[in-house]
Amino acid sequence: MAEESVFFVNGNKLSWKEGLVVADALKMMNYTFKMLVIKMNGELVKRENWQTTPIPENADIKVLHLISGG
Amino acid sequence: MISREEYFSKRDPIAFPLWQKATIGIAGAGGLGSNIALSLARAGTGTLIIADYDIVTLENLNRQQYTLAQIGKLKVEALAENIRSFNPFITLVLHPVKITSANFNAIFGNADLLIEALDEAEQKEMLISCWASNYPNKHLIAASGLAGFGKNASIHTEHYGFLHIVGDMKSELKPEISPVATRVAVVANMQANLALELIAKGI
Repeated sequence: MAEESVFFVNGNKLSWKEGLVVADALKMMNYTFKMLVIKMNGELVKRENWQTTPIPENADIKVLHLISGG
Repeated sequence: MISREEYFSKRDPIAFPLWQKATIGIAGAGGLGSNIALSLARAGTGTLIIADYDIVTLENLNRQQYTLAQIGKLKVEALAENIRSFNPFITLVLHPVKITSANFNAIFGNADLLIEALDEAEQKEMLISCWASNYPNKHLIAASGLAGFGKNASIHTEHYGFLHIVGDMKSELKPEISPVATRVAVVANMQANLALELIAKGI
């Protein structure tokens, strides 16, 4: 039996399938933060590209929550 | 007159010359930025680029490194005055403007490393995006989650390649309640401390 295809968001293992884009990762994680920064395999993904950037198999995505205060 | 040699006595023979050569950008001169700038100036950073459009107000004095007599002054100028009162051997480049994606390169293009010391999350996101797309191989040290007081052990640093974030990553400010001097200064000095470490490693 073939192993399940996966990718990772902040260390959580998620099921991967063809056609997923970066914005889907936020939905799958139920992230609702307003301000955040996304890095995929070490590269920044700009907000305007979240809906169009595909997630490759085994991608390592980091979602950083930015909180006001300074 | 104090000589440069007298002033910079008892310094680390390896790290200090690197700090002297460094140019560090500080985006914001509020609770984080004013503390970061004072510590980096005392440590012997060669050049600081500081940007903030705001003026000092009474409400700032609960955590920001300004005085009653400086109320109404531009923060960057008040901060420069305070730094020069103890370190005459530093180069300060001051930008009393709001940082935007349009003026970002003109302000921070010469910095070896940038420290994010802004207030609003929207501004933090803009700065991180601009820096990471323009300078993917230069370090950026941001802050997230510093509201409240105490909880020392919850403050830490997360590293994502050239992006570093200091804070507890979760404390939200309550409406009309400022950050508290102690916790904002801890985060600020952890940002400054990491900047010195990265520069001492040769970046």
